[in-house]
Amino acid sequence: MAVNEKTFDLNQRAPSARVEEKLYNVRFKTDEDQSHLIVMDSQMCAGCTDKPCTFFCPVSVYKWETADQKISVGYEKCVECGACRIGCPYYNIEWRYPKGGYGVQYKNG
Amino acid sequence: MRNGNGASAGPSKFDVVVVGAGLAGTASAYLLAKAGLNVLCIERGDEPGTKNVMGGILYRQPTEKIIPGWWRDAPIERPIVEERMWLLTEDSMIQAGFKSLKYGEEPYNAFSVLRVKFDKWFADQATAAGALLITNTVVEDVIREDGRIVGVRTGREGGEVYANVVIAADGVNSLLSKKAGLHGEMTPDHVALVTKEVVNMTREKIEDRFLLNGNEGATIELFGDSTMGMLGYGFIYTNRDSLSVGVGALLSDLIRKKVNPNDLMERFKNHAMVKKLLDGGESKEYMAHLIPEGGAAAMPPVYTDGMLVVGDAAGMSNAIYREGSNLALVSAKLAVQTIIKAHQRGDFSAQTLGQYKALLDDSFVMKDLTLYSRTSKFFQNNPDFLERYPELLVNAAHEMFSVDSMPKQDKQKRIIRRLMQERAPWQVVKDAVGALRSLT
Repeated sequence: MAVNEKTFDLNQRAPSARVEEKLYNVRFKTDEDQSHLIVMDSQMCAGCTDKPCTFFCPVSVYKWETADQKISVGYEKCVECGACRIGCPYYNIEWRYPKGGYGVQYKNG
Repeated sequence: MRNGNGASAGPSKFDVVVVGAGLAGTASAYLLAKAGLNVLCIERGDEPGTKNVMGGILYRQPTEKIIPGWWRDAPIERPIVEERMWLLTEDSMIQAGFKSLKYGEEPYNAFSVLRVKFDKWFADQATAAGALLITNTVVEDVIREDGRIVGVRTGREGGEVYANVVIAADGVNSLLSKKAGLHGEMTPDHVALVTKEVVNMTREKIEDRFLLNGNEGATIELFGDSTMGMLGYGFIYTNRDSLSVGVGALLSDLIRKKVNPNDLMERFKNHAMVKKLLDGGESKEYMAHLIPEGGAAAMPPVYTDGMLVVGDAAGMSNAIYREGSNLALVSAKLAVQTIIKAHQRGDFSAQTLGQYKALLDDSFVMKDLTLYSRTSKFFQNNPDFLERYPELLVNAAHEMFSVDSMPKQDKQKRIIRRLMQERAPWQVVKDAVGALRSLT
């Protein structure tokens, strides 16, 4: 099941493997200094009804933090697909490539 | 600048700089080097392939346009001898397929591949031909002089590289062609989001389960319930000792239905008929990737002063026919053809480079992508096709195959009556005509 927002009920068949478990097998070289994903304007997120980034990201990078009234960005597990760049209804996510050699390093592709 | 291995690079002015070492980029670099041009290929990954994802089918013939006989040396998984299409509902399935043992021998038709292995091999061919490859390096922008593109700026200190022509081969997210002002941001109805897992399985199990002799391979594409009726499909491809299992749908559909892609993948893998095929397999890698889906209508201009755009970066993909890699390779070939001519003339203006567009227009690439715009639009505008028709067809098949001591003529009448209850006759005709028109 998605880790935060309730999504379409897909799990009538079997319990899902959580994406966090799957990511144990994925190799990353993490840039500890900076995120390559930046939510530009948190107020815009607060006003965003569906917050689709919290469910359509295939690795659940984005989470709505109610207390802070902002989206938290777990860029360390980003697999660089680019969906958030295009799927944010306000184009409010600045999406760059991680530094050269950093980020996901697939073994099969 | 230094290359990935620490050896010092050549001059900082090249005939051509290729951005991205995927299929289109590496093919360009390879062909340019073969033609004697001074070419640099810049890749952001730690080595070619580690950022690249594809369903996993590479076609023999288009790839031979780059390297004749490539499959003899390249790390392929299995030659594909059978292609199946499944139309799924929750508990039923209609299947069609084609199998030919001829595809298991020369000249072959298609192979399953794993891109990390393949791309590394492919890049080795390019460097052996004389191309220079720099890895671990992000290209951040184009360099312009007097309005034309004259090189690229990399993320490295003093990392400006100049060239007569830049080839943007940086994939579906092509930030470079955006920086070059060729297009704005894409929209969610112009990309599909696909997740894929590589599932380990013993060779014996794969060959038994998919009825394969020796190294033969098979593909299954699954429509309908696999995407919950969203525009897209699931797939299962056999590798040597693993399966490539994926499912993808239009990003706008995922957003509209509030579907999490990993949940969709889990739901797909747990479909009773899919589950049995994957049984005993071990998922060893999860990945996600975008596929351009807009066809010709959504493509950016493919050339400007000093730059050409190839492959996914130019939105070249035809998902219904599972084509993308071949379009990338053919576009690379045509781009290189154009550049060699420009090189001979010493003229790299937009006018000369525009020959690339003319060549694309003349080739099957633009003909197919123009048609694909129509097809993809039609199915987007008629979501019933994937949402309701699978159910209707499965019900009809159920009626047809159930033996219940009813005369065949009455059975046929009942099938048609039930279909008409679900959908008015004029609607069925309109749907059929619309679908045919969009496909031809």
